Amino acid sequence: MDFDADLVRTIALELKPLEGPLLPILHALVDRFGFVDERAIPVIADVLNLSRADVHGVASFYHDFRHHPAGQHVIKVCRAEACQSMGSDGILESMETALGIRLGQTTPDGRVTLEPVYCLGLCATAPAALVDGEVHGRLDPPGAAALAREARA
Amino acid sequence: MTAIRVFVPQDAAALAVGAGRVVSAIRAEALARGCEIEIVRNGSRGMFWLEPLVEVELPQGRVGYGPVAASDVPGLFDAGFLQGGSHPLAKGIVADLPWLTCQQRLTFARCGITAPLSLDDYRAHGGLVGLTAALQMDPAAIVEEVTKSGLRGRGGAGFPTGIKWRTAAAAPAEQRYIVCNADEGDSGTFADRMIMEGDPYLLIEGMAIAGLAVNATKGFVYIRSEYPHAFKTFSEAIRIAEEAGILGGDVLGSGRAFHLEARLGAGAYICGEETSLLESLEGKRGTVRKKPPLPAIEGLFGKPTIINNLLSLAAVPTILAMGSAFYQEFGIGRSRGTMPIQLAGNVAHGGLIERAFGLTLGDIVEGLGGGTRTGRPIRAVQVGGPLGAYWPTHLFDTPFEYEAFAAKGGMIGHGGIVVFDDSVDLAKQARFAMEFCAIESCGKCTPCRVGSTRGVEVLDRIIAGEDVVNQITLLQDLTELMRDGSLCALGGLTPMPVLSALTHFPEDFDRAPLAQAAE
Repeated sequence: MDFDADLVRTIALELKPLEGPLLPILHALVDRFGFVDERAIPVIADVLNLSRADVHGVASFYHDFRHHPAGQHVIKVCRAEACQSMGSDGILESMETALGIRLGQTTPDGRVTLEPVYCLGLCATAPAALVDGEVHGRLDPPGAAALAREARA
Repeated sequence: MTAIRVFVPQDAAALAVGAGRVVSAIRAEALARGCEIEIVRNGSRGMFWLEPLVEVELPQGRVGYGPVAASDVPGLFDAGFLQGGSHPLAKGIVADLPWLTCQQRLTFARCGITAPLSLDDYRAHGGLVGLTAALQMDPAAIVEEVTKSGLRGRGGAGFPTGIKWRTAAAAPAEQRYIVCNADEGDSGTFADRMIMEGDPYLLIEGMAIAGLAVNATKGFVYIRSEYPHAFKTFSEAIRIAEEAGILGGDVLGSGRAFHLEARLGAGAYICGEETSLLESLEGKRGTVRKKPPLPAIEGLFGKPTIINNLLSLAAVPTILAMGSAFYQEFGIGRSRGTMPIQLAGNVAHGGLIERAFGLTLGDIVEGLGGGTRTGRPIRAVQVGGPLGAYWPTHLFDTPFEYEAFAAKGGMIGHGGIVVFDDSVDLAKQARFAMEFCAIESCGKCTPCRVGSTRGVEVLDRIIAGEDVVNQITLLQDLTELMRDGSLCALGGLTPMPVLSALTHFPEDFDRAPLAQAAE
């Protein structure tokens, strides 16, 4: 979706009455545009009467507020201890091979972004991954590769 | 003929292993066979190795089948599972399974039994008794009840909950807040998630009671963004509770107000630290605050704030409903009440066990857990999340309670236990602990921000077999500095997994140079 300063302002104004509205506003922008466009920063700063540096500081602190569009599908592979104990290294490797990219990258066709996540709370059904918000547990390397290929198709 | 009730959990872990597909298969099969059924989406009972666990309600009780795959469904119908027919996946009456009968479920009493968003279910199973009792009490009497129960913070630090409440109640202010820390970021823990998805009104009730106790009219629940299902279910529960007059301007018709908002975190582990969480709620970078002032005196927006872990607040309705003496009778030493223990990782029977404090680590891991899922010997368990110690099997006689664990250089934290088999490399796990701290450090203090990056470099040299003896000395020095000099528990506790790995598994650090090994 193209950048739309008026829409950013509308979203920011709508959430402004909340106590501590900045995180909800940034989440709403990611929901709407897929990322926090640099051009949104001065608009939010103006609405909330903050400095641009303040807003930039917050937007850049959190892992969730991406600064560039992600792929059409986002796969988050759990890299935390419980999943490690069940072979999450192998899960990641098979996804990287299936997609031809490394962790943190997006496929050149823009279809899939592969990211780490540190715990989905699926530790007793490890190893786990989140594909576009859908949870997958008890993965094995072939199953993980199939998930990755499905997302790319 | 009345419809037969069939239960299939909607808990994220059950969904992750196919519960959604099982429901579709059951619906389709029932339709094709003309069976009248009603599918109830319950929470999980916490027996994750049996998920998806399908239960059929029969006069003798709820009969379970698990773990069920969608492809098993026609066979289950053939076997007459709607009448409790025998099948290789049959588990008998679920409530009678030893995993459940050995537990003492107070907080998780309803989880897996009821439909999470049904207020009728909640009331029918003892819900709102605690809040109703609290509405008849003086605020000071509520605080006193919580204090006498011996409840300590279930988030990790174990600070007495009643004392925190008393401090917030005594701080002069127009406005006070209740904040629930539901940023359950520790690997190996999922109890908060299970409550939000499986029994959300329990948390709502606990927070409303906390509001009454300290005269706070507003509460926030800070939920991590890695839990999309929990956020959705809990937000819906708030909406329903408001409509039913449990929340809002007139709590249960008492004339008292309590408003609740769910807020989504944004992927920063540090926001599980209470002061970072408050900064984040205020809309700032999640960096830690120095203490004092304590949040109970100067917390959210500078107002007195009770910030408690979800499990602490979820224990409160039971304390008010049953009385502090009842709760206090569970447990040993200064660890009173029950603890939801989360058994995870490479374990045969992973899941949630709520028991009074006092079982030994071995009872839990080997007894209830049944050893590893891979069938190989257990080599190590990490207790208390990514900042908790790695335990060797020869310490398995340690009782699961705050002081006994601290005495042996560990902590029970949020109650998570992650099991590793003999293929684990503890030097690599120690490196991961440092790497995790480096990724997640808020950056405010140097020992944590720089120390963790240096820690990764030192461990890389050890793993490569370079100058190992000196590097281990350096690592010990560095961890001591991080422990003593960091502002909060992230930098202060990262030494715990690192040093416990080094102490209990020195053989993994005693490496020959890699180049030499390759020759």
